[in-house]
Amino acid sequence: MKDRIRVLIAKVGLDGHDRGAKVVARTLRDAGMEVIYTGLHRTPEEVVSAAVQEDVDVVGISCLSGAHMTLMPRVIQLLKEAKADDVFVVAGGVFPDEDIPAMKSMGVAEVVLQDTPPAMVVEVIRNLVSSRQPR
Amino acid sequence: MLNPEILERIAAMRREWEERELRDFTARQPESRAECMTASGIPTKRVYTPEDIAGTPFDEIGLPGRYPFTRGPYPTMYRGRLWTMRQIAGFGTGEDTNLRFKYLIEQGQTGLSVDFDMPTLMGLDSDDPRSLGEVGREGVAIDTIDDMEALFDGVDLESISVSMTINPSAWILCAMYIAVAERRGCDPAKLSGTVQTDILKEYIAQKEWIFPIRPSMRLVRDLLVYCAERLPRYNPINISGYHINEAGATSVQELAFTMANAIAIVEDVTRAGVPVDDFAPRLAFYFVAQSDFFEEVAKFRAARRIYAKLMKERFGATRSESMRLRFHCQTAAATLTRAQPLNNIVRTALQALSAVLGGAQSLHTNGMDEAYTIPSEQAMKVALRTQQIIADETRIPNVVDPLGGSYYVEALTNQIETAVFDILKKIDDLGGAIRAIETGYLQRAIAESAYDYEARKQSGEEVVVGVNKYVDPPERAGIEIHRADPEAEARQLNRLRTVRVARDNARVDRLLEQLAVEAVDSSKNLMPTTIELVKARASLGEIVRSLKAVFGQYVETPVF
Repeated sequence: MKDRIRVLIAKVGLDGHDRGAKVVARTLRDAGMEVIYTGLHRTPEEVVSAAVQEDVDVVGISCLSGAHMTLMPRVIQLLKEAKADDVFVVAGGVFPDEDIPAMKSMGVAEVVLQDTPPAMVVEVIRNLVSSRQPR
Repeated sequence: MLNPEILERIAAMRREWEERELRDFTARQPESRAECMTASGIPTKRVYTPEDIAGTPFDEIGLPGRYPFTRGPYPTMYRGRLWTMRQIAGFGTGEDTNLRFKYLIEQGQTGLSVDFDMPTLMGLDSDDPRSLGEVGREGVAIDTIDDMEALFDGVDLESISVSMTINPSAWILCAMYIAVAERRGCDPAKLSGTVQTDILKEYIAQKEWIFPIRPSMRLVRDLLVYCAERLPRYNPINISGYHINEAGATSVQELAFTMANAIAIVEDVTRAGVPVDDFAPRLAFYFVAQSDFFEEVAKFRAARRIYAKLMKERFGATRSESMRLRFHCQTAAATLTRAQPLNNIVRTALQALSAVLGGAQSLHTNGMDEAYTIPSEQAMKVALRTQQIIADETRIPNVVDPLGGSYYVEALTNQIETAVFDILKKIDDLGGAIRAIETGYLQRAIAESAYDYEARKQSGEEVVVGVNKYVDPPERAGIEIHRADPEAEARQLNRLRTVRVARDNARVDRLLEQLAVEAVDSSKNLMPTTIELVKARASLGEIVRSLKAVFGQYVETPVF
C-alpha cells in the first residue's frame, strides 16, 4: 500500500459551484493526503482518465448541476472499463433524498452532503481506503 | 458633525457609565464573549454613541435620491413604489417554465426572472454531448428563438420587467429577447428588465465561461452600447456580488470585488469612446443578503455611497442618474440547510428584511428546499409570501432608510466604505480587476475566506442552527421536493431538430460567416448580426461555435 492516500477531486457537469470541492481538496491535503483537483466542467471521460493516470485511491466527485444521476453511473462504468473499479467513488453535492440510495446502488461508495464537517470528510476517505485489501 | 462641547459631554457621560453601570454589572455577570465582530471580521462594540459618527458630516448620510445616495436611489423609495418581487424560475422547456411564470404572476409577483440551464449558460446546444443529463435541469433550456417564444407565451413584455441570469452567452439571449419583442410589435423604449452580462465575476465566482476574458469584455461592451442607444429602460448588465459572496467571500470582499469589476467595465466602455453619462444610468447591481443582519444593511448603504463617489470622482460623471446605484438582491442560498428545512423560511425572512431595510429595488427570496434541489411551487409561494408580509404587514416601507442615523449602522457603513476603498486601492495597485483575475488573486482570496468559514463552522464558533447546534437525529426532508421531468430533454431535442430542418440553412450559414468576420474587427458591434441570426432561427450553440473559432476558449488555472 502506498504511504499517502491519493485523491482526485473532480467537478463533473457544467455547473461552476466549486466552493465545496476546493474546501474539501484543501482539507484533505492538510490531512496529509495527495490531492489532485481537476478544475471545472470535466466530462466523465476526462475524470476517469485522470484517475487512472494519477493512480488514485479515491475519486471525489462534486456535482451541483442536477445531472448526477446521468454522470455518476457514467464515471463508474468508465472506471470498470479501465479496470480501475477498485477506486472508490465518493459523491458530493446537492441531491434529493431518494437519489442517495440510488447512487449507492450504482456503485458510489459514499455520499457526502453539504454541512458535513471537513474532519468528517477526512474520516470517510480514510475509512474507505483502510477497508480495502492491500493491492 | 457635532460641536465639540456637546461631544465632550457625551464622552464624559459614556466614561462615567463605563466606570459605574458597566463595571458593576460585568463584575457580577461577565459578557459571554470578550470580542465580537461582524461576519466580515469588523470588530463591533457593545454600544454605539454619537462619538462613533462624530466625524461624519451629514452630507455623507444625506437624503434619499440625492448624492451620495447613502439612504436610497429615490426620494420616496417604497412609499412611491415597492421593490419588485422577482422570484427566479427555470426548468424543463420554455413551456414548462412559462407555466411557473404564470403561477407566480397569479400569486402577486411583480417581475419575472429566468434561470437558464447549464448548457445555455455555457453556450452549448441541448444536443451537444456535453449537455447530456443537464438539459432543463437547473434552469430552462433555450436553443433557438422558438424556445424564447414559448418561454414568454402570453406574457406582456411591455408591462412586466424580465430579468435574465445569463452571462457568457448574454448577448445572444438578449438578442432573442429583443427579437421576440419586435415580432410582437413591442416598443423597444418600453422594454424594461435586466440581463446579467457580468462576465468578470464568472471567472472568479460563478464560473460559467466560454471565451477568454478580453474578447468576453468586448461582447459585454457591444451589448452595453447597443442597449444604451436603443433600449432606454433596459439594464444591459447587472454587476454582481451575489456569486462572489456565495463562493465564499465576506460581504466586505463581495462589495469591494464587485466595485473593482464595475470599475473595469466602466473603463472598458469609456475607453471605446462612449461618454460615461451615456451608459452609466443603465448600470445595475446585484448583491446577496447574508445572515449578519446589520452588516448587510450597512453594506447596501455603503455600496450606494461608494459607487456615487467612484462615478463622480473617478469617472467624472455629471448626471445624477449615473451616480445612483440600484440593485437587485437575493437571500443567501448557501446559508440554507438540509437539516430542518423549515428553518430556512426564517433565515430567508430575516435576510429579506435586511434587503428591504437596505433599500433594494428588487428581491428574490429563496425556497426552503434549495439544499435538496431547485424549488418546488409550494416553496416559491412561501418565499413570495415572505416578501408580501414584509411589504404589507410590517409598515416598514412607510419610512425611507429607517436605520439611517443609528449610531451603529452609520459607523458600520463608514467602516465598510473604508475597508472597500482599501481593497480597491490594492486591486488598482495590482493593475485592476482583470489583472487580479488573470493572476488568480481574487480567486485565491475567495477560496481562502470559504476555507476560513468552514473551519469556524466546524469549531462551532460559527453557529448554524440544526447543523452544529440544536441538532436533530437524521430524518427525511418532510417537505415537497421538485422532481425533474424525465421527458423534458426529449421534448427539447425534438424542437431543436424541427427548427434545424425548417429554417433557411443557407441564410444561417451566411450570417454565421458574417458574424465571424465582424468578430475580428473589434470596432464592429456584434449585436445587429446576432439579432439577424436569432431571427433566422440560428441556435445558441451555432453562434457560440462561430465565435470560438475567432476568440478561442477560456482555460482556468484552478487554485485551492
